[in-house]
Amino acid sequence: MNTHEKLKLEYADNVMIAYVSDDIDHHRAKGIREGIDARLYADRPERFLLDMSEVSFMDSSGLGLILGRFTLCRELGIDFALSNPSREVEKILDLAGTSRLIRIEKSEKRKDK
Amino acid sequence: MKRTKVNEMKVIFDSKSENESLARYICAAFCAVFDPTVEALADVKCTVSEAVTNCVVHAYKDTVGKIYMTLKAYNDSSVSISIRDKGCGIEDTKQAREPLFTTDLAGERSGMGFPIMESLSERFSLKSKPGVGTQVSMSFKLDKNTKG
Ligand SMILES: Nc1ncnc2c1ncn2[C@@H]1O[C@H](COP(=O)(O)OP(=O)(O)OP(=O)(O)O)[C@@H](O)[C@H]1O
Ligand SMILES: [Mg+2]
Repeated sequence: MNTHEKLKLEYADNVMIAYVSDDIDHHRAKGIREGIDARLYADRPERFLLDMSEVSFMDSSGLGLILGRFTLCRELGIDFALSNPSREVEKILDLAGTSRLIRIEKSEKRKDK
Repeated sequence: MKRTKVNEMKVIFDSKSENESLARYICAAFCAVFDPTVEALADVKCTVSEAVTNCVVHAYKDTVGKIYMTLKAYNDSSVSISIRDKGCGIEDTKQAREPLFTTDLAGERSGMGFPIMESLSERFSLKSKPGVGTQVSMSFKLDKNTKG
């Protein structure tokens, strides 16, 4: 496990999960991106899940972060999915019309605060 | 009832990325007097974040300049926010407003800032002059009864 700012990374059974929380704007996106990408390059998991259940605010910089990881995973041959986006995240995804591009996985269990 | 201004605030700040969240919180606090819904407040914060980020990323690029934010509140529970910079300006504003249009191909930008601002605000206008600067003006209805 690796903690970078408010980013938590878990890696087990060839699946990497990145938990991103709080506000995602341009100011924070760079640190999150670097934290994730370093581990994607190093560990090369089969699957990568970007968990955004705890994101309380997101603007187009967050959209860029999602689409950028989607593209990188495709280049590295890693299966990408966005897991449990919060309402704030879903709203921006809807506005951008990314639903055809990005696979979203919703699990029953929501993390308890 | 005649629409009159009930409050006004001007804030000038550096185009540093840490001020993106500060600008959002200032606007949210300014709107609080109307007791807006969580949703309406989220829309204000998102559009402000888009406009301020554009000043930081595009207008002043690798330099630091001033961002001028003006907030006005009206007696009909509406708020107008204008965000202005004296940066590089925009050559073609019609093209800039198109979805997916971006000039920053290296920076993981999606070109969705203006489309997001337009759809989340009640009114939106963009004025820009190359070499002079850019001004984004938006207004929002915050009355709980008139909007979801
Ligand atoms: N304040 C500004 N000064 C100069 N150019 C600007 C400004 N705001 C926007 N632009 C120009 O307009 C384009 C579109 O802006 P928009 O916010 O829609 O997308 P973006 O910033 O490129 O990407 P995103 O907002 O999705 O991260 C920018 O790429 C930039 O060329
Ligand atoms: Mg933008």
